[in-house]
Amino acid sequence: MSGRRIDLKGHAETVRHRMSSGEFGSVPVVLGLLLIWVIFQSLNSNFLSPRNLSNLSVDIVGTGLIAVGIVFVLLVGEIDLSVGSVSGFGAVVFAVLNVQNGMAEWLAVIVAVLCGTAIGLVQGFFFARVGVPAFVVTLAGLLGWSGLMLYLLGTSGTVNLDDEGLVATLTSHYFGNVAVAYGVAALGTAVYFLASYRDRRHRRATGMPCRSLAEIALRTGVVGLIVFGAAYVLNQFRGLPLALLIFLVVVAGLDLLLRRTPYGRRVYAVGGGAEAARRVGVNIVRVRISVFAVSASMAVVGGLFLASRITSASQTSGTGLLLLNAIAAAVIGGVSLFGGHGTTWSAFLGILVIQSIASGMALLGIQAAVQFMITGGVLLAAVVVDSLVRQAQKAHGRA
Amino acid sequence: MAVPPLLALRGVSKHFGAVQALADVDLTIRAGEVVALMGDNGAGKSTLVKVIAGVSLADRGVVEWQGEPVHVRRPRDATDLGIATVYQDLALCDNLDVVGNLFLGREIRRIGILDEVEMERRTRDLLSTLAIRIPNVRVPVAALSGGQRQTVAIARSLLGDPRVVLLDEPTASLGVQQTAQVLDLVERMRDHGLGVLLISHNMGDVKAVADLAAVLRLGRNNGLFDVNTTSHEQIIASITGATGDAVTRRTPRPGEAER
Repeated sequence: MSGRRIDLKGHAETVRHRMSSGEFGSVPVVLGLLLIWVIFQSLNSNFLSPRNLSNLSVDIVGTGLIAVGIVFVLLVGEIDLSVGSVSGFGAVVFAVLNVQNGMAEWLAVIVAVLCGTAIGLVQGFFFARVGVPAFVVTLAGLLGWSGLMLYLLGTSGTVNLDDEGLVATLTSHYFGNVAVAYGVAALGTAVYFLASYRDRRHRRATGMPCRSLAEIALRTGVVGLIVFGAAYVLNQFRGLPLALLIFLVVVAGLDLLLRRTPYGRRVYAVGGGAEAARRVGVNIVRVRISVFAVSASMAVVGGLFLASRITSASQTSGTGLLLLNAIAAAVIGGVSLFGGHGTTWSAFLGILVIQSIASGMALLGIQAAVQFMITGGVLLAAVVVDSLVRQAQKAHGRA
Repeated sequence: MAVPPLLALRGVSKHFGAVQALADVDLTIRAGEVVALMGDNGAGKSTLVKVIAGVSLADRGVVEWQGEPVHVRRPRDATDLGIATVYQDLALCDNLDVVGNLFLGREIRRIGILDEVEMERRTRDLLSTLAIRIPNVRVPVAALSGGQRQTVAIARSLLGDPRVVLLDEPTASLGVQQTAQVLDLVERMRDHGLGVLLISHNMGDVKAVADLAAVLRLGRNNGLFDVNTTSHEQIIASITGATGDAVTRRTPRPGEAER
C-alpha cells in the first residue's frame, strides 16, 4: 500500500514538474476549445450539428498543414513569415503546370512541393549559413514569392482546377461507408494501446518504473471515446472526409519524426540550447536549414488543400489572414515562440480553436471586424500564457 | 616496474604572440587520483586544459598517455584516448530531460527510432553507480538545481567511459550544499579509478577532495604539493608568488598597520 502511495506521489510530482515546464501546454487549449464549443452551441444549436462539425473538420486542413510546418521553425526558436506566400505560390505552380501546360496532376503536385522544399532550403541557407535574421529573410520571401506567383499567373487572374481531378478530390471526397470512419477509429485506438502496452512490457522486462495497466486502459479509453465520438458524428453527415484523414496521418507521422527520432531530438535541442547542441556535435546549421525546408514544403501542401477547397488558384491565394492564422494556430496550441516546446498536435488543437471561432461567428452572422478582434484576443491570451510559463520555469529552474 | 601514469605532460610550452602562456610545464595524472590545478588569473590554467583537451595545440612539449607519447590535435583525439572535459558554463539543453541531455548526439536507436527505454535504463545505471540522486530523470533539466545540473553535465562526460576527466571550475557558481554534491561526485569518480584534474580557485574545495595540488604561476610550474601535508598558507604563497612578491612585500599604507 505504501508503495502505491509513493508511486502516486512520484506521479503527482512529475505532473507538477511538467506543468511548470510547459509540457502540459495542451491542457489550457483543450479547456478553451470546450468553452468555445459550449458558448457557440448555446448561442446557435446548429454549431455542434454533424454538418457544421464535418465542414469544420475539412476547413481546418489547409491552414492546419501550414501550421504543422511552422511548428518545426518555432521549435528552433525562429519564425517563418513566408508560408502564406509560399502556399499561394505552390498552388499557382500546380495550377499553371497542370491546367495551362497539361502536366499530369501527380507530377505537378510533386513539382510544386519540391519548389516549396527548394524555397525553404534557400531561406534556411540565408538564415543559418549567411546569418541573416530569419525574420528578415522570410519577410523578403513573403514579398518575393507572392511577386513570383503574380508573375506566373500573368494576365489570367484565376486558374480553375479540374473539378474531378486528384487535387479537387482531396477535399471533396468523403468515405460514405460508415465502416471506414469506425475502422480508422479502431485502428488508431489499437495502435495507441499496443504502443503503450509494448512500452510497458519493455520497461518491466528491464526493471524500470512503468505505467500501470489500469492507467494504460484509462488513457486508451479516453482516446477511444474521442475518436469513436468523432467517427460517429462524421458518419451522421457524409462520413470520414479524406482531407481530415490525410491531416491526421501527417500530424501523427511528423509527431513521430519530432519526438521519436534522433533528428527530432536535435530540433528540440537546437531550440533549447544551440551552443550545448553544437558542443556535442550536432550540426546546427543543417538542422536549421532543414526546419525551413519542412516549413515551406508543408506550406505548399497546405496551399494545395486550400486551392482544392475552392477548386481554383488565383491572385488571392495565400494572402489575407492565412499567414497569421497559421502562426496563431501553432502558438495557441502551445508551441513556444521562444523555441524548444510544443508538438505537431499543438498545431492541430490550435487550428481547431481558430476555425471553431470563425465557424461559430459565421453561423451567428457576426461581421468580420469582430472576428478579427476576438481571434486577436485569443492569440494574445495564448502568448501571455507562454510567457508566464517561461518566467515561472526560469524562476523554478534557477532557484 | 611502476605503472606509468595515465597522463603526463612534459615541458609543454605555448605562446600567443609575445606572451608566453605556458613555459615548460610538467603535469602528471594517475588513476584514482585527484589533482587540483591552481593558479591566479592568467596563470595558464585554461590554456593548459585546452592543450590537454585538444582545443589548442602546444608549441613544444610531449603528452604521454599511459607511458606512450601521443599527439592530441583535435578535441576528438582527446575523447578517443579517454579524456573527457566538462567546461565551466554548463552546456545542457534546458528543455530536454536528463536522459535526452545525456544521450544528445549519441542517441541509441532501433530501426531509426529512439530507444527511450534503453537510454533511460543506462541513465539510471550510470546515476546510481555514481550515487547521483535526481528525483526524476524524465524532468527537463531546467527544473533541476544548479548542483544537479552540474552533476548531470559531469555524468554526461562519463558516458563515454573516459579514464581522465578535466573539470573546469565545477563549483564556481554553486552554493554550499550544491558544491558538496559535486565534490562528493568527484570523490566517487576517484574511487572508481578515474584520474581527475580539478581546476579550481577555491582552497576549500581543493583541501576537501584533491590529493595533489599543482600550482601554475605566470605559465610555469610553481610547486606540486601533497594537499594533506601542506598548509593552506604554503599553497596560497605559491599561487601568489611566495613571500617575495609585490602583494605581501608592499609598504603598509597609513592606517592599515593598526588593523
